[in-house]
Amino acid sequence: MEFFRIKRDIPFMSWGKYTTTISLLTFVVAVFFLFTKGLNLGVDFTGGTVMEVGYTQPADLARIREILIKLGMPDASVQNFGTSRDVMIRLPAKSDISSARLSETVITALRQDDRTAEMRRVEFVGPQVGKELVENGALALLVVSLGIVAYLAARFEWKFGVAGIIANLHDVVIILGFFAFFQWEFSLTVLAAILAILGYSVNESVVIFDRIRENFRKMRKASVPQVIDNAITRTMSRTIITHGCTQMVVVSMLFFGGEALHYFAMALTIGILFGIYSSVLVASPLLMLLGVSREDIVKPEKKKEEAEATP
Amino acid sequence: MSSSCPFFLRIHPKTMNRYPLWKYVIIAVSILLGLLYTLPNFYGESPAVQISPLRTAAKADTALLQRVEEALKKANLIPNGMFLDAGGVKVRFADTDTQIKAKDMLQSVLGNGYMVALNLLPNSPQWLTSIGALPMYLGLDLRGGVHFMLQVDMHGALSKALDRLSADIRSSLREQKIPYIGLDKDSTKITVKFRDPESRARAEAEINKTYADLSLREQNVRDEFYLTAMLKPEAQKRIQDSAVQQNITTLRNRVNELGVAEPIIQQAGADRVVVQLPGVQDTAKAKDILGRTATLEVRMVDDERDLAAALRGQVPFGTELYTERGGGPVLVKKQVVLTGDRINDAQAGFDANNQPAVHLNLDNSGARIFRQLTRDNVGKRMAILLIEKNQAEVITAPVIREEIGGGRVQISGRMTTEEARDVALLLRAGALAAPMDIIEERTVGPSLGADNISRGFNSTLFGFAAIAVFMTIYYQVFGFISVMALGVNLLLLVGLLSILQATLTLPGMAAIALTLGMAIDANVLINERVRDELRNGISPQAAINAGYERAFGTILDSNITTLIAGIALFAFGSGPVKGFAVVLCLGILTSMFSAVMVSRGMVNLIYGNRRKLERVSVGQVWKPVSDRR
Repeated sequence: MEFFRIKRDIPFMSWGKYTTTISLLTFVVAVFFLFTKGLNLGVDFTGGTVMEVGYTQPADLARIREILIKLGMPDASVQNFGTSRDVMIRLPAKSDISSARLSETVITALRQDDRTAEMRRVEFVGPQVGKELVENGALALLVVSLGIVAYLAARFEWKFGVAGIIANLHDVVIILGFFAFFQWEFSLTVLAAILAILGYSVNESVVIFDRIRENFRKMRKASVPQVIDNAITRTMSRTIITHGCTQMVVVSMLFFGGEALHYFAMALTIGILFGIYSSVLVASPLLMLLGVSREDIVKPEKKKEEAEATP
Repeated sequence: MSSSCPFFLRIHPKTMNRYPLWKYVIIAVSILLGLLYTLPNFYGESPAVQISPLRTAAKADTALLQRVEEALKKANLIPNGMFLDAGGVKVRFADTDTQIKAKDMLQSVLGNGYMVALNLLPNSPQWLTSIGALPMYLGLDLRGGVHFMLQVDMHGALSKALDRLSADIRSSLREQKIPYIGLDKDSTKITVKFRDPESRARAEAEINKTYADLSLREQNVRDEFYLTAMLKPEAQKRIQDSAVQQNITTLRNRVNELGVAEPIIQQAGADRVVVQLPGVQDTAKAKDILGRTATLEVRMVDDERDLAAALRGQVPFGTELYTERGGGPVLVKKQVVLTGDRINDAQAGFDANNQPAVHLNLDNSGARIFRQLTRDNVGKRMAILLIEKNQAEVITAPVIREEIGGGRVQISGRMTTEEARDVALLLRAGALAAPMDIIEERTVGPSLGADNISRGFNSTLFGFAAIAVFMTIYYQVFGFISVMALGVNLLLLVGLLSILQATLTLPGMAAIALTLGMAIDANVLINERVRDELRNGISPQAAINAGYERAFGTILDSNITTLIAGIALFAFGSGPVKGFAVVLCLGILTSMFSAVMVSRGMVNLIYGNRRKLERVSVGQVWKPVSDRR
């Protein structure tokens, strides 16, 4: 079986104008939603209390709301979570009440109403902790980005580093845009997924960059766009199959991972799909834009190695 | 490579795809170790009860083992096995029902000197445990339990230190017979007022001599002479550090009283403490006991001032208004005579009238202070205050009938047996040096923990299966080899996690699945390269060799970038994210080994020895009909 029977190199670089426009457009749209709608930050970042309560029968949400209002918590949000028997209750952070006791009060009241109510999970995060987690998350993103640029610059050349990281931050912004548009909950695990994706889709760029470097050595008469087109075409098969395999695992997580891993898998899915697009159609045109040339890669003193590599 | 072996200009095709023996040995040994250390994870765990001594007087020895054995026999509870180790006696049971019954029974038989806790013990055979092969250490989100982060109130620590110091200064001045008008304490300083500069000078000399932590300043207000004492900065720092340390010790004592096996209590940052209690079911009780900052204070009741005026809102200077538990209002002097620090032991019991009571045993200096207090104040009332979360309550305010010596004190207010037991526990476990607030809590019920394990497991299983089917169909023998290598990767990763006893969380399990999905990339790269080389018309053996050699640089580069992300996540992530990062980083390392070395080893075993290799089973290699370019 061979999925990719490509006779000629696909002229990706000649589509540069369109792909850049598309990228810019999606980017702008993502940023627009990020600013207008904002992220639906989870309790990890905002502080507050989240409780997961399990019932043996489908839960009566209206009744639970009523109980909460009686307890003096009218701003609590009550939702089904996964199944109709599981309920998720969110209580915003309050400075006056000892929040640590809040969950106890709630579960006691719910138990009085329905004895089958079972506390499955409680998460309480104080506001100061939330703030720190936001800071640490941002710092992690920064360090990962700088680390990757530095590595690519050392291993290839600075133009590769810059092109690679811009392409992948573009993915990150788009994932964030999705989370803002659908108002999916942005939690610590989603942040972990995004950072993992950042590392993962840089792989993608690295594989193509590797080929570009190799081609600069081998295809001595070809122009820069030809070199890049050939590199992308020849790695196409691997790109799709690798991502397909990773996506299979992620889909398995989406189906079997339950609610806890749902948005994690969602972030990975978007990241993988856009990762393919961006490394092919964002990183490489950027590389051309930055004016990459054969001289950047093939240093005159490396002539011997070059001769060996030529088939 | 050619430069390293000068006798052959080119690698001979016969030896090109052969591994030296030592490489096979490395592969075999690592797979064997992986199997060995992964093995305990398959045996599962059984409910157990763990008995460990709380005080140094009680020992975990064979005598204890015998006592436990007899007690169980008497109660007709049959254990599945029991043994003695450094931590104490551990008894295995068939089900949780027997386990809980046994725990309650043993606690009442053995008494306060021992901690009896519910635990889970791995079922793996002794020989595995003795070589250190243990199942993976499951995080709280997988086994259920409570995680707290507590913040120590540093201002509270300093204020308490000043409280103690002001009481000490008072008694020093009295002992030295230095007259003073008054002594005030606020949150940052102590002010002592004198009528004349001579007594102030004497007091200053005395305080300077005895209290090295205080810096003094003189001040004259109208015709009074003030002496202001503040804590020196280095003393402040020391007090804060020791407050955190003392709180950790106190928490440890309290957790022991709760009966939790394998608790984690550690400092996190300058003023924070993390407490993890695996398997705790009654989180309300845990939170209650941990969060409480109960301490005891003995003060004198002021019966001379106007109680009626105080009730109208004009509380006389130097006193505070409280309501006695189950009684009327009392005016209590602000000055603290004795604090809970002086308590050696506290037990719940009953008083002469068969009312629930707490029996206290004071230490030497506490006993001396208490004797002096009761001798000097016969006929007057003293108040015993329980202070929780900055809220003081007068438990009881008895009239002192006679001098009480020997440091034995009995408190009986109007409390229930339950309350008496809680108060005794809190006093026994020690007071917190400073109040603490819970700033983060993550509680996972045991049923959710079990659900999470199966979710993580299923995600990995089905993800792996999907990849296996696809790879074998698409790349045939090479695909199958890739799948085997991926299996080895999983084996090594689980083995490594078991050896390191790194905490496995649900995001960690997601990371296992994800690294599998990512690790296959290396094999896809190799297989595509091999096809590529075959397409270019190179002989099969050379194509295999070139495929592996050329793909390696790419694999290295791409793994390092993911590793950078993993390390940053580990450095800045907290809790569950850290668990994700650990598995991600380890998974990258094991995948480098398995995807490159293990799969190459298998390829070499299958193809390396064939003299005339016509075909490589790497799936269909399609060649364009027209000439390339």
